Amino acid sequence: MKKINQLKMVFDSRSVNESFSRMAVAAFASQLDMTVEELGDIKTVVSEAVTNCIVHGYSNTIGKIYITCTVFEEGVIRVSVRDRGCGISDVKKAREPLYTSVGGDRSGLGFTVMESFSDKLLVRSKPGVGTTVTIEKIIKGKLND
Amino acid sequence: MPVTIKFSGEKLVAYIQGEVDHHTAPDIRDAIDDAILVNEKAKTIVLDFSRVSFMDSSGVGLVMGRYRLAISKGKSIAVENLTERDYKIMKMSGIERLAPISRKENNGRFGDAL
Ligand SMILES: Nc1ncnc2c1ncn2[C@@H]1O[C@H](COP(=O)(O)OP(=O)(O)OP(=O)(O)O)[C@@H](O)[C@H]1O
Ligand SMILES: [Mg+2]
Repeated sequence: MKKINQLKMVFDSRSVNESFSRMAVAAFASQLDMTVEELGDIKTVVSEAVTNCIVHGYSNTIGKIYITCTVFEEGVIRVSVRDRGCGISDVKKAREPLYTSVGGDRSGLGFTVMESFSDKLLVRSKPGVGTTVTIEKIIKGKLND
Repeated sequence: MPVTIKFSGEKLVAYIQGEVDHHTAPDIRDAIDDAILVNEKAKTIVLDFSRVSFMDSSGVGLVMGRYRLAISKGKSIAVENLTERDYKIMKMSGIERLAPISRKENNGRFGDAL
């Protein structure tokens, strides 16, 4: 695939940035002629990934969250969200629907939601090092609406 | 105010407003829980999503938590006016087996026109 544009951002793992980060990615992504639905999918997916960095990756501390958003000529958007937090020891288990390590008001649906609103989800993680979640979405756009 | 409460007869309606995510959920939760605990006569708690402009899985956690509180007080929960996307997210949790959930009639997103 041929890259045509890229956004990189780094911000603190403060919950107030959840809204900011999904809006920023959506604003950047909207250069691809997208439907309101597709834009909503991207916002949802980014929100899940960023919230996980804040809630799990950096549960007792404030760290940096790194987002790279790449737009490809073929109409594909790739978003990667990375933290240098605690990491995940069993990624397969973490990705199971309804699995959560914290309980309370978390439902264990983040990865399931990310998978369902994107075309590809890749999770790379190492305990003590951090986690990178990469999502790809094929934008069909308004033409097929 | 992220939540407006309307109370009539045995029904309490909580109109949730704006974005529902991990950042906003605690204030929304506290407002709803206070209303549930104060209005003892309310038997049915309706969580109305018609004024919600964004929701992620934190919205599911919010509903599940209010469901548990309501049940523990002998009350029931209903979730109304979800967009198509939010309805899909809710259903991933299986909440519809515990409480009725329903979609908006026209799938407009509150704030889309802004
Ligand atoms: N960035 C991360 N760093 C460390 N652990 C993570 C990270 N992201 C996810 N996890 C682990 O994977 C589990 C599943 O994540 P998922 O987003 O599916 O559910 P959740 O965050 O627990 O609940 P929800 O997203 O529904 O609020 C988490 O409970 C956590 O243990
Ligand atoms: Mg999550």
